[in-house]
Amino acid sequence: MPRDTLDNKLLQIQDEILVLGSMVEQALARCVMALKNRDSSESREVIQYDQTINDKRYAIENAILIILATQQPFAHDLRRLAAMLIVANELERMGDYAKGIAKTNLRLENTEIPIPINEIEKMAEVGLSMLHRSLSAFINEDAKQAIAIPKEDDEVDKLFNIAYHKLIDFMIANPKLIDQINLIMWVVHNLERMADRVTNICERTVFITSGELVEFDVSDDEGDEDLNEFF
Amino acid sequence: MKSSNNKNNHYAIETRELNIYYGNFRAVKDVQLQVNPKKITAIIGPSGCGKTTVLRAFNRMNDLILNARIEGQVLFHGQNIYEKDVDPVQIRRKIGMVFQKPNPFPKSIYENITWGARVNGYEGNLDQLVEESLTQAALWEEVKDNLNKSALALSGGQQQRLCIARTIAVKPEIILMDEPCSALDPIATLKIEELMRVLSKQYTIIIVTHNMQQAARASDYTAFFTMDEDRTGVMVEYGLTDQIFTNPKQKLTEDYITGRYG
Repeated sequence: MPRDTLDNKLLQIQDEILVLGSMVEQALARCVMALKNRDSSESREVIQYDQTINDKRYAIENAILIILATQQPFAHDLRRLAAMLIVANELERMGDYAKGIAKTNLRLENTEIPIPINEIEKMAEVGLSMLHRSLSAFINEDAKQAIAIPKEDDEVDKLFNIAYHKLIDFMIANPKLIDQINLIMWVVHNLERMADRVTNICERTVFITSGELVEFDVSDDEGDEDLNEFF
Repeated sequence: MKSSNNKNNHYAIETRELNIYYGNFRAVKDVQLQVNPKKITAIIGPSGCGKTTVLRAFNRMNDLILNARIEGQVLFHGQNIYEKDVDPVQIRRKIGMVFQKPNPFPKSIYENITWGARVNGYEGNLDQLVEESLTQAALWEEVKDNLNKSALALSGGQQQRLCIARTIAVKPEIILMDEPCSALDPIATLKIEELMRVLSKQYTIIIVTHNMQQAARASDYTAFFTMDEDRTGVMVEYGLTDQIFTNPKQKLTEDYITGRYG
């Protein structure tokens, strides 16, 4: 085929996106597990691992720029590359959420506080499942799936609200621990934002298949503010 | 060929302080170009910068031009191919050339491939040579039932692939290509580029092209040439194609590849 070289390069980057996705999935699962077990050394490893995630994202970005500069991709190829650039960025930011959660656990080292861990675990589980399937839909260019997945964000929002009210109750019951319990508020916030970023990946799948830049109407959109940066 | 006096030389071919003159006019100045083996090296630059002149120096094609004179060295297997005892015909067997316009002989497809082999006293199986060469040039499937058809009846893209097959048939080490796609449509062009990619597993390819995008798409290394104030060709920058087209080191290269030249 006349464009085997370009096709092979696109497949390579696609594979790298999947690798980055699984790295981020792993970091998110591990940071929640570390919080549950109050395992500081696991949290430290997640924080260190964030650099590996960042490096992978920059390697992908660089490879995409080289293809844009050398292969003159057009139409569907061009949309794929542009979308992959954005998805790599979304994944890297999700990695930052995992790092933020790991840092929270370290800040709470040696502090006994109540944590709504069931809701947190469930949020992570739903979010990770959404992320995994959104990447499959992205790679397979399955617009139908990409449109369906963001609706599951409602469940994450519900869990967020339950966790939020539990945390308020904990604060009322333990006024001396308000600062520490507030940190857990950021954990649930990060998990909620992670699911929002899954929606962004799904939007890019629709963009690849149709060329249309759509914004899905998710019920709870906190905009682009990134509270994670406080950590 | 004389045994190498520089056995550690791992380049496929290399120029050292290469200067080429047409009469009193210096066409290219002090070119130091090291070509890596089994890679595709593209030479780009504006008209008149000496790209083709340098390419032709790699297999002594400039010998055929009256008044052309070379200073410096072109090292192939460590030996300067311009030394007196070197036979240019032998050099051209090892370093073949594909030209701008496809130039098949007005003979059958079969004879186009076997001609060079016959001249060189080839003793192997000619049918096999034809099939191998045409297969490598990605033309076999299209012509295998019409090998006795005139080469001139082929399309432009097919003719160019036939010329590549003809070059391969004499088992060269290096293939020089002088604007091999300038007479072809975009699809035939992409086919030749993909063919080059496959051939580069076995051969060193040096391509001169006006088409900057082609150099970006198809090559591993790129050399950018321009003219100095005396209209003499000089090499400005040479590096990995990925680097040249994303982050060139020289402003002149940046200006040229971004279309801000001249």
